[in-house]
Amino acid sequence: MFRTALRNVLAHKARLLMTVLAVMLGVAFVSGTFVFTDTVGKAMSDQSRKSFDGVAVSVTHLGPGRAEDGTKEEGEPGISQQTLDKVAKLPGVASASGRVSGFAGVADPSGKLIGSGWMNQGANFAPVQDGKDPRYAFTAGSGPAKAEEIALDRASAKAGRYSVGDKVRVATNGPVKEYTLSGVFTTEDGAVNAGGSLVLFDAKVAQELYLAPGYYSELAVAAKPGTDAAKLLADVTPVVGKDAKAETGTALAERNAKSIEQGMSGMKTGLLAFGFIALFVSIFLIYNTFSMLVAQRTKELALLRAVGATRSQVRRSVLTESLLVGLLSSVLGLGLGVLLAMGLRSGMDSFGAKIPAGPLVVSTTAVVTALLVGLVVTVLAAWLPARRTSKIPPVAAMGSAHLPQTAKSLVLLNSFGGVLAGLGAALILWGSAKGGETGRWIIGGGAFFTLIGVAVLIPMLSRPLIAVVRPLLTRVFGTAGNLAARNAVRNPRRTGVTAGMLTIGLTLVTGLTVLGVTVGKAVDRSTTDQIRADYMLTMASGGDLDPSVLTALEKTPGVTAVSAQQSAYFKGKDDVFHSASGVNPAAIEKLVNLKVVSGSVASLAQGQVAVADKTAKKAGLSVGSTIDAAFDGGGKKTLTVGAVFEESELVSPYVLDAKLVPVAAGEKPQIRQVFVKLSGGESAANEKKVIDALGDNPAIKIDDKQDIRNEMGGIINTMLNLMYGLLGMALVISVLGVVNTLAMSVFERTQEIGMLRAVGLDRGRVKNMIRLEAVVISLFGAVLGVGLGTFLAWALGRTFKNSIPNYELVVPYDRIGVFLLLAAVVGVLAAMWPARSAAKLNMLTAIKTE
Amino acid sequence: MTTMNHAPHTTLAVAARATGLSKVYGQGETQVVALDNVSVDFGRGRFTAIMGPSGSGKSTLMHCVAGLDTFSSGSVRIGDTELGSLKDKQLTQLRRDKIGFIFQAFNLLPTLTALENITLPMDIAGRKPDKQWLDTVIEMVGLSGRLGHRPTQLSGGQQQRVAVARALASRPEIIFGDEPTGNLDSRSGAEVLGFLRNSVRELGQTVVMVTHDPVAASYADRVVFLADGRIVDEMLAPTADGVLDRMKAFDAKGRTS
Repeated sequence: MFRTALRNVLAHKARLLMTVLAVMLGVAFVSGTFVFTDTVGKAMSDQSRKSFDGVAVSVTHLGPGRAEDGTKEEGEPGISQQTLDKVAKLPGVASASGRVSGFAGVADPSGKLIGSGWMNQGANFAPVQDGKDPRYAFTAGSGPAKAEEIALDRASAKAGRYSVGDKVRVATNGPVKEYTLSGVFTTEDGAVNAGGSLVLFDAKVAQELYLAPGYYSELAVAAKPGTDAAKLLADVTPVVGKDAKAETGTALAERNAKSIEQGMSGMKTGLLAFGFIALFVSIFLIYNTFSMLVAQRTKELALLRAVGATRSQVRRSVLTESLLVGLLSSVLGLGLGVLLAMGLRSGMDSFGAKIPAGPLVVSTTAVVTALLVGLVVTVLAAWLPARRTSKIPPVAAMGSAHLPQTAKSLVLLNSFGGVLAGLGAALILWGSAKGGETGRWIIGGGAFFTLIGVAVLIPMLSRPLIAVVRPLLTRVFGTAGNLAARNAVRNPRRTGVTAGMLTIGLTLVTGLTVLGVTVGKAVDRSTTDQIRADYMLTMASGGDLDPSVLTALEKTPGVTAVSAQQSAYFKGKDDVFHSASGVNPAAIEKLVNLKVVSGSVASLAQGQVAVADKTAKKAGLSVGSTIDAAFDGGGKKTLTVGAVFEESELVSPYVLDAKLVPVAAGEKPQIRQVFVKLSGGESAANEKKVIDALGDNPAIKIDDKQDIRNEMGGIINTMLNLMYGLLGMALVISVLGVVNTLAMSVFERTQEIGMLRAVGLDRGRVKNMIRLEAVVISLFGAVLGVGLGTFLAWALGRTFKNSIPNYELVVPYDRIGVFLLLAAVVGVLAAMWPARSAAKLNMLTAIKTE
Repeated sequence: MTTMNHAPHTTLAVAARATGLSKVYGQGETQVVALDNVSVDFGRGRFTAIMGPSGSGKSTLMHCVAGLDTFSSGSVRIGDTELGSLKDKQLTQLRRDKIGFIFQAFNLLPTLTALENITLPMDIAGRKPDKQWLDTVIEMVGLSGRLGHRPTQLSGGQQQRVAVARALASRPEIIFGDEPTGNLDSRSGAEVLGFLRNSVRELGQTVVMVTHDPVAASYADRVVFLADGRIVDEMLAPTADGVLDRMKAFDAKGRTS
């Protein structure tokens, strides 16, 4: 029987083409994900290990300790110079260098920040005995030796067109300062290799900037040859004390590598999910192909039965065929996946996201998973058609007996689908009413059942739905349109399965879009609604702004209102930390629209606190209630509630005078944002005024209202685009499915098409007929998907209602219109090849084929 | 014979004419001559049968004259139209407007009802069927009660009657039948042939039919015999026995030569 199966695969090469393509693409996606993440993960952890080369023991200071009440404890802010000296003198230590680092943004000559905002680092230049720092290889000049000098990594120096001796403006968390470039270096530092910038300061300057004079946050200890790292660790540990943690370099490298691998595995899981969606969609296509192969071969299979093959032998021959197809496609897919991963890596390189060089990693897991997944999907999809073969009676060999599905099994199938879809819909409704995380899980489960239920029901739905559009098609396209609509429902199961592929893809795409647009609009509404300030300032690094920003702006002429938004945390009676915003009470109403429910914002000036309505309700607070707050920065205060306001995206649930927020000695207030309003509102001149007031600091981001909205909505749009890209694979497979179905239809209807040509349907209209059939099938699937997706988004959106102020479902008709249009285009494209071959059919041979 | 009496106008007009028609497949040593310089007229309002052993070129002749197939040399005219100079699109239009077809394998669209199948060529052309004529045709083939049925709900004979009605409904200049009774039992076959003969006698239709069945041929006014791509004989007012004898004679000649 194996030989029969092999012969069959070879005989139906063309008809299996789409199946092979679909499985191959799905497997390529899965194996590509494995290879890509493994390769990048390996390269990154290798890199990380390399940066610990020569570090026998690494010591990290745990930061100044805090007492229970939040006040600062006795202790040192870092590792002192004395400790470093002591470590350096230990037996077996070749050298010990202290490190201290933090944010440092470099301005290019036009004042713009070099490198992406969150990877702009500054550190101390730590020369060991020979005056060199082994981490940095200088390509020009040398390390900074004076307070006014800095060194820059080569890429940043190149981006700013700086050379040794040039003046470079560097912003740290304080004001901008000008330094002289003393040297340009290369390094193995991962952040720098990934496109970030690194500024090296003189040790004293760095300590002052990032910690405290005379202290380091890290020590790197190099051992003399022949010294055991573990032994060294035991020696170093007592010297550095309990406020610092000492580890061997190898252990630290391993830990870093592990965290990189964890990060990659998160990405891997995410990508694999999309790969599996694509493979799930392929199941439909494979099912269609094998159903057709079995139907066409009824006579042949009956003959096998007639000459003595058992039911299971016949069934097995079909399954073996699917096994062969699955194996072939998986192997091809695996190869394609490896190529894909290689292409992706070099593609990312050319986009500026630099991935360290390293060997291509094709793990056994990747190979086994890819092959197994491809095989299982193919055989699983062929299972039902194969089972159907055992129902073929031997007598079917004699006539052209076609075996229609019995009415009973259809009723059974439809009721099954109906129950599944009903159950799914009920779960979705329940989950949406329940809300929260649990509700979302219930909706997820419901969505799964509904999709399968609808997939089973699609054949039944296709007749009435397509019958509705038939008159329109007939009116516009005449006979070709009429015949197309009728042909589309000729084999409802096949049409349903084909449309179902598009339904799955479009359900996901529409659901995500509706949800994304809805959330985006809600956020957008609340920001535009609430912000009255002209500009919002933040650090590009995501860190805190220096208090000097406030004083500088207050002194600027034309500025009418300035307020910081200072982060504060306090513990209430419930022993839970609450987040609060420290603001300027005199200015806040001009900058943020706090919609007061009761009380008044003016009470902030009297040292009272304003509470968001939802929080107040939960905590049982109202105007006049008191809160006992133990602040994170030290100090206990009893605060009186002076106002309750509608929850806002811009400020924390508790708002109070920034002056009341205690700041621990030696620390800076945590100013996350600064809001500014100027007379004359937003204008280029006013923006320039703000920039000048800040000393042209490249590290401070100045957002106007539109920027703020874009920032909030931008994340959502980026996410949506990413999702579209990843779901694209599933859609490509759906297109293959439509091509497959049409090719089958054209093949099966050869005789008919011949007759139509004979009685006067010209080639153009034959093409139209096939194209319209494809469009009808695609649109049918798309309409179902759009409907289901919107329903899901509605249900999911309701679970977010409580956490998003101003929530209101927004159905983006324009985008949905584009989806439907794209579905129609998909139909036309998919029909290209089948329509051409239908039009090219030789009439005479076509009429005579049976 | 009665047939002769009913065909006084046969000599008056020609519905289709082939002159020096040749059709050659392949080249050089593998060359096959399917039609070899065939000249034949098909009279208007007459029922002509084309007969010959398999491989004689009878189907090819019909296909070429009906505009279904191209030919190597010679000329074919349907009415006043010379087929050789027509492009595919014009040929398609010619078939749609001037020619009716009846195939051996019925060739009905399973998605359409009997009536929709009958009016299909007119629907394609975007023409409204002549209601009265349509009723006449449907009544003649006896399908009045089954117009709403799908082909799968009809017997083979009924399906072929739908095909006959489809060919007649658009009042083509000429109807071509390719073994129209080949897939039918003898009773259904006799019915279909009867309708074709009636359409010629009563409605003045022109019918050309390819067959290898002497009984089917006996319904025609004239039988043209083909062998090896050439017209070798013809017979007016044929009878089944007469045709059979003539065929046997060719067979014998074929074997002895």
